[in-house]
Amino acid sequence: MTQMSYMEAIRDGMRVEMKRDSGVYIAGEDVAQFGGCFGVTAGLYDEFGPDRVMNTPISEAVIVGHAVGAAALGLRPIAEIMFVDFMGCCMDELHNQAAKMKYMFGGKAKVPMVVRTPCGAGLGAAAQHSQCLESWFTHIAGVKTVMPGTAADAKGLMIAAIRDDNPVMYIEHKQLLGLTGDVPDGEYVVPLGKADIKREGSDVTIVAWSWMLQKSLAAAEKLAAEGINVEVLDPRTLVPLDKDAILKSVSKTGKLVIVHEEIKTSGFGGEISAIVAEEGFDYLDAPIKRVAAPDTPIPFSPILEQTFIPSEEKIIEAVKALF
Amino acid sequence: MDIQKKQLLEFYQQMVTIRIFESRVCELFAAGQIPGFVHSSLGQEAIAAGVMACVEKDDKVGLHHRSHGEMIAKGADMNKMMAELFGKATGTCKGKGGSMHIADMDLGILGANGILGAGYAIATGAAFACQYNETKDIALCLFGDGQSNRGPFHESLNVAALWKLPIVFICENNGFGLSNPVKEHLATDCVSDRAAAYGIPGVTVDGNDVLAVYETTLEAVDRARKGNGPSLLEFTTWRWHGHFEGDPAVYKDAQEQEEWLKKDPIPRFAKQLLEQKNATQAELDEMQAKGEALVDAAVKFAEESPWPDVSELFTDVYDRQM
Repeated sequence: MTQMSYMEAIRDGMRVEMKRDSGVYIAGEDVAQFGGCFGVTAGLYDEFGPDRVMNTPISEAVIVGHAVGAAALGLRPIAEIMFVDFMGCCMDELHNQAAKMKYMFGGKAKVPMVVRTPCGAGLGAAAQHSQCLESWFTHIAGVKTVMPGTAADAKGLMIAAIRDDNPVMYIEHKQLLGLTGDVPDGEYVVPLGKADIKREGSDVTIVAWSWMLQKSLAAAEKLAAEGINVEVLDPRTLVPLDKDAILKSVSKTGKLVIVHEEIKTSGFGGEISAIVAEEGFDYLDAPIKRVAAPDTPIPFSPILEQTFIPSEEKIIEAVKALF
Repeated sequence: MDIQKKQLLEFYQQMVTIRIFESRVCELFAAGQIPGFVHSSLGQEAIAAGVMACVEKDDKVGLHHRSHGEMIAKGADMNKMMAELFGKATGTCKGKGGSMHIADMDLGILGANGILGAGYAIATGAAFACQYNETKDIALCLFGDGQSNRGPFHESLNVAALWKLPIVFICENNGFGLSNPVKEHLATDCVSDRAAAYGIPGVTVDGNDVLAVYETTLEAVDRARKGNGPSLLEFTTWRWHGHFEGDPAVYKDAQEQEEWLKKDPIPRFAKQLLEQKNATQAELDEMQAKGEALVDAAVKFAEESPWPDVSELFTDVYDRQM
């Protein structure tokens, strides 16, 4: 076990797999000597060389698209897209190509690739560099969507994503890059599709991931001081989703609050709400609540951006409204 | 170039077989036996036959929506292909892909593609994998004139040239992007003019001359295999039918169509074979009969094949179902 940051944990996960499997390589904008826009790949170029850590031109379609072809031939590319907001420049390569190849070819293809990309607001980067868009990807059959919220999960999910034989969207949060935690050494794998109870509680379930997991844990701490015992469940991966864990938690607490940084309309909270309404209605003794960003683009001005981002206060308010 | 007689006869066999296959597909589509969309490559057979004669089984090929001919010429099983077009369980892709998404990974065929211009980056990735793994395999990427205008064309050719990937980009310029004639969708005279932008060889050649197609492709394949990087080839031809079967192609000029039909690559090559005494009429007739027998067998196989079990809807979404 080593204490390291979320960013170091992502890197460590990639490093472990690159050492183990010579077919794993990284390609993306400025990922080589420069170490990536946020420094996530720093040092990997020196360690693995130019054939394994490759700069690409500003060409998102070919970053993701070439990964599809390379993966179909057995390599395990990690394609970095500098901001999740840029996925619009390569969405066909993901949703019509990577996601569909296996199915369209009658099962006779594997596309073991990872698209690594940061999401999230809070840096004053405004409308085109701050979004959370995970529901774009969860709506594509054939793609898995991974959203680590702690350093240990960042490593374990990275290794699982690389080893998975399907296209995986690995979405890291910019606000979490400096978050530190104890991270297991070596080949630490967190299986995709297994939720984690990050805080046990009995009065209400909060389902939250990525940065909102950390905000929800902080809110839970404050609510505990007021006598409300919150269970915080981190799904860790949205596809596959550990719905049994969510239903089990709700069956215990009878109340559900879902917190996400995506805008509310068509956010993944709607999907979780629907699952619990369909399959766990009898467990509920209060309406399901969603805490999400408002249905607006992300503004630039700090005061506006802070208003946009779901806050601890909003989470606390939503929980209290159920009692 | 001194081409062996065996290869010359093979060109002819491929072209007539593709012609028969495609003609039969059009009939079956009109009769309602083939569902969905069908894009016929009638008239473009010389490109498929000439290009695919230049590559080996392990070479990789990215195709487009009008690629039955290339599939056949690369060696795909026509029974399974026809069954795929019918949507039958015995199809190349178990009936899940259809005409627009037919593929055969065992032959390095990385798929037709329903998204025009999506093949460039995938084929570039395949060429990258060949280079990465230090194999001697190369990749081909075929596309039409219409889809040469998609953005990924630029991204992929730039990267392929930058990384000196073993790939050949091959444009089948058949005169139209759907209803839009080349002069109305292309800013330059030729697609191959764009090669200059990437510092790679670019050439435009008569795509109805199977020998010209073969010789041009062979040179580019050799260049790629030797590690000298990509080329951009453009073969001019004519799409005999509409964009899709059922498209009456009212936008075509009748006289132009007439002129191009006279340039049919098959009788043209037959004449050459006979004149140069590389084949007798009897040999040509025999190859025609062989093609017909193969296609007859494929249709029979498709017709007699079962539909997929409905449970197949749910398989192959993910590797190892979740």
